[in-house]
Amino acid sequence: MIRSHVLICGGTGCTSSGSLAVRKALENELEAQGLTEEIKIVTTGCFGLCALGPVMIVYPEGTFYSCVTAEDVPEIVSEHLLKGRIVDRLVHHEMKADAENRVTSLNETQFYKKQKRVALRNCGVINPEVIDEYIAMDGYQALGKVLTEMTPEDVIKTVTDSGLRGRGGGGFPTGKKWEFASKSVSDKKYVACNADEGDPGAFMDRSILEGDPHALIEAMAIAGYAIGADEGYVYVRAEYPIAIQRLQIAIDQAREYGLLGKDILGTGFNFDMHIRFGAGAFVCGEETALMTSIEGNRGEPRPRPPFPAVKGLFGKPTVLNNVETYANIPRIILLGADWFNSMGTERSKGTKVFALGGKITNTGLVEVPMGTTLREVVEEIGGGVPNGKKFKAAQTGGPSGGCIPAEHFDVPIDYDNLIAIGSMMGSGGLIVMDEDTCMVDIAKFFLEFTVDESCGKCTPCRIGTKRLLELLNKVTDGNATMEDLDKMEELCHHIKSASLCGLGQTAPNPVLSTLRYFRDEYIAHIVDKKCPAGVCKNLLQYSIIEDKCKGCTACARVCPVGAISGTVKEPHVIDASKCIKCGACMAKCKFGAIVKQ
Amino acid sequence: MKKKLTTVMFKGTPEQEEKLKAVIAKYQGVPGATMPVMQEAQEIYGYLPIEVQKMIADGMGIALEEVYGIASFYSQFKLNPNGEVAIAVCLGTACYVKGSGDILERLEERLGIKSGETSSDGKFSLEATRCIGACGLAPVLTINDEVYGRLKKEDVDKILEKYLG
Repeated sequence: MIRSHVLICGGTGCTSSGSLAVRKALENELEAQGLTEEIKIVTTGCFGLCALGPVMIVYPEGTFYSCVTAEDVPEIVSEHLLKGRIVDRLVHHEMKADAENRVTSLNETQFYKKQKRVALRNCGVINPEVIDEYIAMDGYQALGKVLTEMTPEDVIKTVTDSGLRGRGGGGFPTGKKWEFASKSVSDKKYVACNADEGDPGAFMDRSILEGDPHALIEAMAIAGYAIGADEGYVYVRAEYPIAIQRLQIAIDQAREYGLLGKDILGTGFNFDMHIRFGAGAFVCGEETALMTSIEGNRGEPRPRPPFPAVKGLFGKPTVLNNVETYANIPRIILLGADWFNSMGTERSKGTKVFALGGKITNTGLVEVPMGTTLREVVEEIGGGVPNGKKFKAAQTGGPSGGCIPAEHFDVPIDYDNLIAIGSMMGSGGLIVMDEDTCMVDIAKFFLEFTVDESCGKCTPCRIGTKRLLELLNKVTDGNATMEDLDKMEELCHHIKSASLCGLGQTAPNPVLSTLRYFRDEYIAHIVDKKCPAGVCKNLLQYSIIEDKCKGCTACARVCPVGAISGTVKEPHVIDASKCIKCGACMAKCKFGAIVKQ
Repeated sequence: MKKKLTTVMFKGTPEQEEKLKAVIAKYQGVPGATMPVMQEAQEIYGYLPIEVQKMIADGMGIALEEVYGIASFYSQFKLNPNGEVAIAVCLGTACYVKGSGDILERLEERLGIKSGETSSDGKFSLEATRCIGACGLAPVLTINDEVYGRLKKEDVDKILEKYLG
């Protein structure tokens, strides 16, 4: 009989920090102790707290162990699993027993307290490779309900009434999209899923695929029923091997159970799906480019109209949503449109998943109701900026979004508010930056990305972004003039208004938002020839503070270009004309005598 | 994206060619098959030199330009072989704000190759990748699928020691 379950996170974050080795060690140890009949190991999807990985939960106690290594495993087995004594030193710090021996449950910790998990409901809870576990969590009940009790029109009405909007970036009402496709007359229609999460720093779609792949399959089948399609394509990044593997296992299991294929649940409804691998092109997140890519070509966008709902994949009417959008669908069908639209703000309903990254304590995945403020997400859930540094900005929307300064910390997050303050929802990457981040450099970083990823089909994007990057380089090199700032703004507006697809239309956003909120940093680069954050190399000067230098010669020996000179036990000097600003001397100096300005 | 062509000699074997032919045959008549064929070809050869692209074009009855157009469009397709030690530095935003740009620069200095290049002895290759999603460990680099996380610039030398020998 199984008396205890050990859940180990098998998401990409924890796998990278070694959760597979922990699992292996645990298997060996259970074997050695003869416990394999009593203790069951379950590999789950992402728990969300990637910064503390690898993470492990032991039930029935619900003990949450963080940063577990293979070396810790024998102790966990001999103490906790054999003797019932919790290994206190590995317990998540907020969940340690207090003086009165009370233990906080996982859902009451700062990180989880304000979260509301709808799209991520099964991630970190079930084993994604076992279809029965999904079914035990009401899985495929929504599909059954749709096929036996609802007409396609009912389904579309429910989705429309729920107020669900596309979670991939643009925020287009999902119900509307389905309605358009259902009204198109054709012998063949398709349902497609965008799982080509190209936004750097966003990994919510991957986590859903890794942690709850059946939710996507169920939702796509529902969409197929609603619009009258019998075939689906999932376009997933080839860089997501674990996600692809689990999705394939899930598709095979669903076929075996008769939940995909011909005559599903004996209702005469047919639906099957295929996986196609993206090959690393950001522009393929744009819907028409994605479909061109599934067709096997260079992923270049095409002009709209015709919209995909009329003429999409292989020229047939197609509905395309992203993973997170689909993951909401089964819940909406089961619990109703009113349940869903009771969460969120007036025009943005439900919840949104954010990938917290950058200079923040609790890096990871969080899901909050729309309308939660940035302050709640960054400070309360995310644990704030580490190392006593000062918060400078939060970046949302990836290369299409913008940087939000501290003054807008209390704005409720939803689609429209983010656009009003010069950013956008995007797919939900949320990167926190502190005082050490140069905002001009960040704008340049995103522009380098879009220049690289511009497909080259239309001129405003291909050439415009390149010229914009050149102007930014002038700023970070200290060669720009104030007129260049005006030129940049003008160019930004031209690129936005004249580009063919979403990539070009949003590419200038990182520049525009940093110009709007952090213009003083641009001016410091141009007028004072200084980078306030100390990032832009061409504006930096390393120098030695005479009083602090002991003449130990460590810096002179480590300098790769021989720019540091001086005699033993005397203060040294750096020759600025030779210095390549590598920073090796500063890292080596034990006395803090070297500064960069 | 601009890609550099390889200077390393093509060393394909007849076995590899057989495998590629089998792949092409498998996808006969499947709509939109060019990319899946190229992806599987890359698994066979490790990269897509012009010789392999020619075989794909001939086998599928399409123009070489079309194959090359796709190969050069997507960042996943490699025109250069991986080194024995394939190093990839994540330049996703989360890693970048935590200093992965400096790490890449240090690697370029130490290895004497630029991002996207393979050393002429074929030992090292270096590339900057998009977000690999291990943002909790930022900044991150991978060497032959092994993940090194929470790096500082100084760690680069220590890590390289293992491989430079």
